[in-house]
Amino acid sequence: MPDLSRLNPAKPFLPWVLLALGIAAPFALSAYDLNLLARFMAMGILALGLVLIWGHGGILSLGQGVFFGLGGYAIALHMKLADLPQGEIPDFMVWSGRESLPFWWEPFASPAFTIAAILIVPTLVGALFSWAVFHRRVGGTYFALITQALALAFSTLIISRQDVTGGFNGLTDFYSIFGIGLASPGTGSMLYWVTLAILCAAFVGLRWLLASRFGILLRAARDGENRVRFLGYSPTPFKVVAFAIAAMLAGISGALFTLHAGVVSPALIGVVPSIEMVVWVAIGGRYSLAGAIVGALLVNLARDAVSSAFPELWLYLMGALFIFVVTLLPRGLAGLIKGKAA
Amino acid sequence: MDALFLNQLFNGASLASLYLLAALGLALSFGLMRVINMAHGEMLMLGGYLAWMTLLVVPGALGIVLAIPVAFIGAAAMGGLIQSTLIRRLSARPLDTLLATWGVSLILQQAARDLFGAIGVEVRAPDWLTGSFMIAGVTLPSARLFIILIAALVLGGLALLLLKTRIGLLVRAVNQDRMMASAVGIDVKRVDFTVFCLGSGVAGLAGVMLALLGPVTPNVGQSYIIPAFLVVVMGGLGSIVGTTASAIILGLFAALAQIFVDVSVAQMLLLVFVILFIQVRPQGVIAVKSRQLDA
Amino acid sequence: MSGSAVSDLLLSVDGVTIDYSGFKALDNFSMTLNRGETRVVIGPNGAGKSTLCDTIIGRVRPSEGRVIFKGEEIQRLPEQAIVARGICRKFQAPGVLPTLSVRDNLALAARRDRRWWKSFGTGIPADETLAIEEALESVGLTQRATVEAGTLAHGEKQWLEIAMVMATGAELLLLDEPTAGMGPAETSRTAQLIHGLGTSRTVLVIDHDMSFVEQLAAPVTVMHQGKFLKQGSIADVRADPEVAAVYLGHTA
Repeated sequence: MPDLSRLNPAKPFLPWVLLALGIAAPFALSAYDLNLLARFMAMGILALGLVLIWGHGGILSLGQGVFFGLGGYAIALHMKLADLPQGEIPDFMVWSGRESLPFWWEPFASPAFTIAAILIVPTLVGALFSWAVFHRRVGGTYFALITQALALAFSTLIISRQDVTGGFNGLTDFYSIFGIGLASPGTGSMLYWVTLAILCAAFVGLRWLLASRFGILLRAARDGENRVRFLGYSPTPFKVVAFAIAAMLAGISGALFTLHAGVVSPALIGVVPSIEMVVWVAIGGRYSLAGAIVGALLVNLARDAVSSAFPELWLYLMGALFIFVVTLLPRGLAGLIKGKAA
Repeated sequence: MDALFLNQLFNGASLASLYLLAALGLALSFGLMRVINMAHGEMLMLGGYLAWMTLLVVPGALGIVLAIPVAFIGAAAMGGLIQSTLIRRLSARPLDTLLATWGVSLILQQAARDLFGAIGVEVRAPDWLTGSFMIAGVTLPSARLFIILIAALVLGGLALLLLKTRIGLLVRAVNQDRMMASAVGIDVKRVDFTVFCLGSGVAGLAGVMLALLGPVTPNVGQSYIIPAFLVVVMGGLGSIVGTTASAIILGLFAALAQIFVDVSVAQMLLLVFVILFIQVRPQGVIAVKSRQLDA
Repeated sequence: MSGSAVSDLLLSVDGVTIDYSGFKALDNFSMTLNRGETRVVIGPNGAGKSTLCDTIIGRVRPSEGRVIFKGEEIQRLPEQAIVARGICRKFQAPGVLPTLSVRDNLALAARRDRRWWKSFGTGIPADETLAIEEALESVGLTQRATVEAGTLAHGEKQWLEIAMVMATGAELLLLDEPTAGMGPAETSRTAQLIHGLGTSRTVLVIDHDMSFVEQLAAPVTVMHQGKFLKQGSIADVRADPEVAAVYLGHTA
């Protein structure tokens, strides 16, 4: 097997191409397409987190939608409240017969609280959840199954609490963010630049992290958890920190996605979308940060193209993609490129 | 309150039976191969549709009796196909197996949607299954009683098979030490295949039971398979006793929790319960002591 | 560590019983090791040699008895805490980390500060770099430092793992079958490697390759069915009729 894990500093070629394309996009694309691209880039941030935990940590999470949803709902709560006249409550609550805002909605009126919640809540939930499982030395397939149960429980809970979460339809109809009108000219491209900047920051940060001793230890724990233990390290904190970082990235991703898409709903965060997130990374290449971004873009582009015209075809395609990539292309597209270069 | 409690206890028992039927195959092949088939839920679905088709051809009680072997064989064949074409190739990569078999699950669900429609089909159960008993002021639907009975029979049959037959001996040998079993000339791959077919067949039976409870839809398996996964997590590696105990615990827990909270909260509590259980017994209900450590 | 290597007590295994649901892998077993000593443990298959290592390193927990290292009971400590106190083990099957380079393998072993929040960096302190280079040198892997450990030959993996165990700076090294799968030349070299440690470390070697054990020229403890059987020089042990009956007779 060639080197699976080490980022190759001799060929930092793909990231620069992606960056150039990302910078050129606002000047070449229509507002509609730019919005679409921004959504996919937001998903790319989540995909980066999966490279960290799955590719380098050997931790398969089938529940990233939960953290994506926590970030998405946090910003949606804020936007719902921001657009509301004084003293009123969101219309869906009125329809469900509620008369007052739930107490946990109230702090989201503050932009600072909202941003803090987007950053902290998914991270904290991710850390506590993964610690509870990893510190008892449960991992691998067991962990993947538990994360899937988490995705199911979370999305079911949101659907069933129609009166405070918007239920199956989710939350939508947003008009402004932090005082800026979403429909006003220039907002779309400004949000695009914000997304691109965050994506770049996440990329650079993870690249550094993976090259650091932390990254080495994470890969070491993936390949030989007991060997690491018998060298005097406790593998649990490395795995928990990696999982928490991936959860944070998923939360940021969800918040940005909700901004661009104008909606957050259980259909975007449940069991099926959560596992679809893994396929982005599987296709792009689970060991490669740039590959994961490309994977997120490609799969979502394909989904957009195929699923609107032939929705039933998309599921067949998705299923076939899972089987194909995992059996024949375990290193994804990134592996293909590296294979040719070598 | 008392009647409600007894009623939920009974519901819990039938839920536990379904969890058990769905989880037995998963646990058996996980014990042997350390892989989980994410398309296992679709074996339930397949069993349900096969039961529906059987009852279309042969209505009545005879239909139900016939549906059981039909569903078993159909699901076993599908399981065998998945095992021999896909899972065997990925046996050393358990996480990749999860993903590849999830792909199979998506394809099977969509195929069912295209073939039978998204709404689902209703099985017309014979009258003796649609009735109910009254015991101590509690209504016990016959269908649920039937499910508990079938689960008990399947469990008994499996126990006999594993403890008393040559196949069972081989399975236990491979379960205990794969390398050694292979070294003494046991055809490990055939044991894997047989167990996989058997487990899928049992899931097919669970599908027949689901068909008796409600409509068979393309994603009918999904609502039972995730609790079944939790049963496997809690049961302990490849142990039938552990799987049975954890299916009973989780089935009762889910049903009794619904006395106090609604279904969705009960689902969350189920997960919390499993995570708390891991804190106490990470090795599962039944721990198999092993000298091999590194996975 | 200091030059005045007095032969004081480093490790004492005191009446330890390991029970695998009825099967006693160790049965009221006791032994002691002095600082700077090299000791070989032999015994037929199933005698409990690997279980002894497992017990000292904390992989299995005794139902009875104590393991005392430097005056402290360690049989209830978590593995990484035992390692932190200065014990390191080489496993029977090579336990190198396959996707890391040879140097990274050694760097993890040589790392003194193993707390996770100190891992966000790439710099390696000078003394650790020195330890890494010395370890590479001692097992002749300097030229292959950047190669992925998984691509090494079997013997090289064994050496790398021995080098890792040495690089941890542990006072007590447990070497479980360090020559498994090695040819005679490689075996001799491994013996020299262990010899080269002199009295700077305490070494417990488990092996059943008698030619290797002879090359080590160290005192031998014989185990049988989880119990202590004999102790003495290799010659004494070979001459012992009881030992011959349970062990040497079979392999000769």
